[in-house]
Amino acid sequence: MGEAHGLKRRDLFKLGLAAAAAGTLPGGAAASVPKVATKARIVIAGAGAAGLAAASRLAARLDGARITVLDKRKQHFYQPGFTLIAAGLKPREYTVSANADYLPRGVDWVQEAVAEFDPEGKKVVTESGEAIPYDYLIVATGLSLDYGAIAGMSRELIGKDGICSAYAGPDAAMGTWHCISRFADEGGVGVFTRPNTEMKCAGAPLKHTFITEDHLRRRGNRSKAEILYAANNKALFSVPIVSEKVRMLFEDRGIRTAYEHVLTAIDPGRKLATFTTPGGPVEIKYDLINVIPPMRAPQAVRNSPLPWTAGPFTADGWVEVDPATLRHRRYPDVFAVGDVAGVPKGKTAASIKWQVPVAVDHIAAAIAGTTSSSAYDGYTSCPLITRLGRAMLVEFDYRNNLTPSFPHVVAPLEELWVTWVMKTIALKPTYLAMLRGLA
Amino acid sequence: MKELDPLVFLAVLHEMMGALLWLLAGLAVLSLATFAAVLLRERSVSSARLIRSEVVGVLGGFGALVLMAYVTVSGFTDAGGPIDWLLIAVIWGLGAAGTAIAAYAAQGLAVWLRQIRRPAGLAARRERTA
Repeated sequence: MGEAHGLKRRDLFKLGLAAAAAGTLPGGAAASVPKVATKARIVIAGAGAAGLAAASRLAARLDGARITVLDKRKQHFYQPGFTLIAAGLKPREYTVSANADYLPRGVDWVQEAVAEFDPEGKKVVTESGEAIPYDYLIVATGLSLDYGAIAGMSRELIGKDGICSAYAGPDAAMGTWHCISRFADEGGVGVFTRPNTEMKCAGAPLKHTFITEDHLRRRGNRSKAEILYAANNKALFSVPIVSEKVRMLFEDRGIRTAYEHVLTAIDPGRKLATFTTPGGPVEIKYDLINVIPPMRAPQAVRNSPLPWTAGPFTADGWVEVDPATLRHRRYPDVFAVGDVAGVPKGKTAASIKWQVPVAVDHIAAAIAGTTSSSAYDGYTSCPLITRLGRAMLVEFDYRNNLTPSFPHVVAPLEELWVTWVMKTIALKPTYLAMLRGLA
Repeated sequence: MKELDPLVFLAVLHEMMGALLWLLAGLAVLSLATFAAVLLRERSVSSARLIRSEVVGVLGGFGALVLMAYVTVSGFTDAGGPIDWLLIAVIWGLGAAGTAIAAYAAQGLAVWLRQIRRPAGLAARRERTA
């Protein structure tokens, strides 16, 4: 965790200063890495952010490898943009593009999902029954949103009767905005939840809370509304220093908190939510409820030998990888990157940006018969929107250390416009460059 | 430090603006080149023209801020700390300098073109613009 690591991880958000600084920065290292000649068969399960970034980097790094990406979905979603749609700031189309736009030349795309992972036989089987053998496998399937685990809840309800949930896709994000906008006009009781599982972008439930509060204030209706944030455990954020800052901001904005409240059921007709708490079930009436579903590894992963068999990541089937190398602990030719990886932090695009080069470096080294010292320290980041126009640039690692990209310049726990500027104009281009293996 | 490669920044800027990046870069180069050519040709700075350019530059600075507010869906009441005010100053400064240079170059070029068309008036015009 020395200075070398610090410098390395500080890149993603340097874009605001990028243009001015570009001329002074050292460079050229990426281009100077020689290609590894190989006939290896590499299968990438999933064409989301992690899968596409891995495909691009492998295609650039290897010469002659047969790289196959499996994903049945043609559309690509820029998921960090869902929050901006749900805030009423961006149209649905802002987040939608096509996977084909980012697949590098020479990479095969099988438009099917993986139905079975067979790491013993070194093959995957598609939903149509086709077996695809591999020398190296990258599991980048993403995760499953388990709306069904909340009694009474389904995706179809999103956007109706005060039920918000931006996670389910661009349409759900737009439906969430309609709910929030109506609530900002009418007021009432707004309840914001968070699941008791690992989740992608754990800052998003907080962002939705802050954004809704700000819309109420801007429309002069703050006094008509009561806002409750229901945390799944005793904290508001997994990093203690950030959790404490959020607690202070919630107090400042008049947002109430209920700890150890896990949503288990909703009754859309009566607008009643049921939570499990240490003291037994609790029912809360709502006019608006932000439902964040439990998140788990996809079924095919959970049914395979790949998940952890002991420890906190077992129940939801996250893949058993070494947190530093992303390499499977039992199957050395298998790697997992992105949301499906069973590592302590970081189901975000920023994590992917740092995970993928590490996994690719280890695969390239294994093919070349050498070893790699590349390691991922858990860096992730969350531009935590605290009101429209301001955000905190929260960056941290596995050890809950804050790892600011701009120490002494952009303070990680300050609500700043510069961070908002990064979120609104620099992150999507960085993400797209990452998919192409360029960032 | 491979991720600090300037090519990464170029890739990101290209994703951000697409063809507009090259258009803007072209405009900047063109403005600077014209500005330099006008200065070299006249071998002096026209103070009247400079004042006009500075007025345009002040407006250009505010124009840059309005553009920034538009693309970030925010306003300057959102500034929350010193770095925000610094960023606002930098955006204003870049907008002001860019438009002032472009305005000076455009005015000098206009005089130049008129003189090419009417070479007889060259000496008199030079005197007036100096």
